[in-house]
Amino acid sequence: MRVALFLTCFNDTVFPDTGRAVVRLLERLGHTVEFPLAQTCCGQMHFNTGYQREALPLARNFVDVFGEYDAVVAPSGSCAGMVRHFYPRLAEVSGSASFASAVDEIRPRVHELSEFLIDVAGVEDVGAYFPHRVTYHPTCHSLRMLHVADKPLRLLRNVRGLELTELGGADECCGFGGTFAVKNAETSTAMLADKVRHVLDTGAEVCTAGDNSCLMHIGGGLSRLRTGVGTLHLAEILASTEDEPYGVTA
Amino acid sequence: MTFLGMPPVGQGNLHGRPFPGEARKALANDQQRANLRKATGTIRGKRAAVVGELDDWEELRLAGAAIKDQVLYDLPALLEQFEAAFTAAGGVVHWARDAAEAGAIVTGLVQAAGARHVLKVKSMATQEIELNEVLEAAGITARETDLAELIVQLGHDQPSHILVPAIHRNRAEIREIFRREIPGVDPALSDRPADLAGAARTYLREQFLDATVAISGANFAVAETGTLCVVESEGNGRMCLTLPKTLISVVGIEKLLPTWQDLEVFLQLLPRSSTGERMNPYTSFWTGVTPGDGPSDVHVVLIDNGRTRVLADEIGRQALRCIRCSACLNVCPVYERVGGHAYGSVYPGPIGAILSPMLTGFGDHADVNTTLPYASSLCGACFEACPVRIDIPEVLVHLRAGAVDAKRGKKVPTAEQLAMKALGWVFSSPRRLEAAQKAGWAGSAPLGGERGKIGALPGPVIGGWTSARDAPTVPRESFRSWWKKSGRTRPGSPGVGPGEPGSRAALAGEVARPPSDPELTTGEPS
Repeated sequence: MRVALFLTCFNDTVFPDTGRAVVRLLERLGHTVEFPLAQTCCGQMHFNTGYQREALPLARNFVDVFGEYDAVVAPSGSCAGMVRHFYPRLAEVSGSASFASAVDEIRPRVHELSEFLIDVAGVEDVGAYFPHRVTYHPTCHSLRMLHVADKPLRLLRNVRGLELTELGGADECCGFGGTFAVKNAETSTAMLADKVRHVLDTGAEVCTAGDNSCLMHIGGGLSRLRTGVGTLHLAEILASTEDEPYGVTA
Repeated sequence: MTFLGMPPVGQGNLHGRPFPGEARKALANDQQRANLRKATGTIRGKRAAVVGELDDWEELRLAGAAIKDQVLYDLPALLEQFEAAFTAAGGVVHWARDAAEAGAIVTGLVQAAGARHVLKVKSMATQEIELNEVLEAAGITARETDLAELIVQLGHDQPSHILVPAIHRNRAEIREIFRREIPGVDPALSDRPADLAGAARTYLREQFLDATVAISGANFAVAETGTLCVVESEGNGRMCLTLPKTLISVVGIEKLLPTWQDLEVFLQLLPRSSTGERMNPYTSFWTGVTPGDGPSDVHVVLIDNGRTRVLADEIGRQALRCIRCSACLNVCPVYERVGGHAYGSVYPGPIGAILSPMLTGFGDHADVNTTLPYASSLCGACFEACPVRIDIPEVLVHLRAGAVDAKRGKKVPTAEQLAMKALGWVFSSPRRLEAAQKAGWAGSAPLGGERGKIGALPGPVIGGWTSARDAPTVPRESFRSWWKKSGRTRPGSPGVGPGEPGSRAALAGEVARPPSDPELTTGEPS
């Protein structure tokens, strides 16, 4: 099985540790991971902000770059969701039958990290060790667009040393929403305040999730208030072992 | 400019001020936020419990969506079928293209009945066309009889929720409104809900006995039988529907159901989605006139007011499936915090964010409607809760695309257009992305300070973010630059995107070179 890492432009640029963690995790599980260097951005930000015309060439590039792989793994629910949920719409906009069929063909092979581990690799215990109190925020697109359900939690429950605490109001949006956090910054802040309150209520040292964009938002609030609570992508917890422990980035 | 045959634009209570500023004001209202948090939380819990009881909830949602889609597909024929059946049963059908026509028709009917006072059954359509204001201008007093609408009316206020119009008020505020506005009310009135309801009941009973004309909306209009249906909780609606001589119902053309049997689906979907009840207490049906039983002068005013405009939009038309249950409001994290007034329309919350701009011909107005498609984080909770499966995030994104496309070709591009274009250019080539990553590090690292995090900064974009959140700096080494040095890339792997055709081989050669910095090849982050 040829496995490609679709890291996302955002992780590539701002959170490279997450990419390294996915590589380390998948290699530890016996997979050979490729990172096709021609990948850039799936087009989600353009698409969600209304710039469909600008998103289209990026979607075409994605299909070209990843078309040859058996599985495409993304440590991002929202970017995987963009491909699976909205690429058919872009294909309609393009009016191209060949692009539409390429999209249909690639969609089922694109997996968010927890989906890949459980559904494709068939593993719930990835052999990780992370001796910390952790709470998990299910990001909106992984929850409601991809329906990953409790897959990330099943993976976390199998991490040795990890104490999982339940997050109140877990399925409520943290208020990020891409350009929403800029266009309606104050409403976004009000949503963030409640998410931060719930995270603090858990007494966790670390808040984890499957999307670094949401974690950047939650972590930005936690850090501004000097709460001493960090954020860490799910991949980095799952990559952590007793021999090679990962630190908390906050 | 208006062309013959162009669908009418929605008029009425649909044109408030831009969302971000109104939301900012609403966020500062601590009392309203506490009320909304409590009320939406309670309704969410009730809804989840009664929806969870049904094994076939998803099938019901699919059926509801399919029946409504059939209505939209067959709308002209079904409207004529309804007209024929309603007329045959002794009712009179009126057609209104917009709010102004509807207001004039209703005013004329009330004047013909010789009435100066009318009773209102809770109705979104009449709020949409601002009927109370139109009647008042003609010297006719309209009295709301739904308890929450009465609170809003007596408080000289606007509804802020579809189902619970006074959701922004708590019991102390309601007591103050009643003590101030209801003639002869006990000055020692307590703030207990039962006492407040009692005061309203005493006041409304007098109104019911005097009225000769009532005005309602309808939840459903059955084409097959010509039957109208109102679903309610209090029974005040039924008083209005049965006691007066004249009954006028203002109904949107999308409210049709093809057959009586279709009610089976919707009378399961609606109460569970709206009040979180298995069944609502009062469901009233009437089919024209029944001699000796109820009103003898029965009218329906079928309104378009922008609906055919929505119908013409292939993606947006699903909004016309809406049965006004307000489940999307109760689960919306934006609505819960800003309340209904910020949406500047009779239709607040997620459904309002798509319906109001489409009814009004989004893009033509310097008002709330250009901002509503952005009043969402696209979290998708609304779609999940919608009993007729309106994919609200899909329509929001579609409306954003329409807004962006409408601005294309203008001589002076906006800052956002320039930024999106620049990012599109960067992402069209991995080399440019790599250069931008280096520039991102160079630009952001000095802002990081001792903590390595960016604090509050001025500016329209970064200022909004950093007002309440730190921002990360861009690390010196991107993942792709680490990957290339890690020795994992095999020669021949695809290397370059569509921006630079024909250069795959060149890049493969480049990455096959030995890494230049041995310290960065270990595969471990520093």
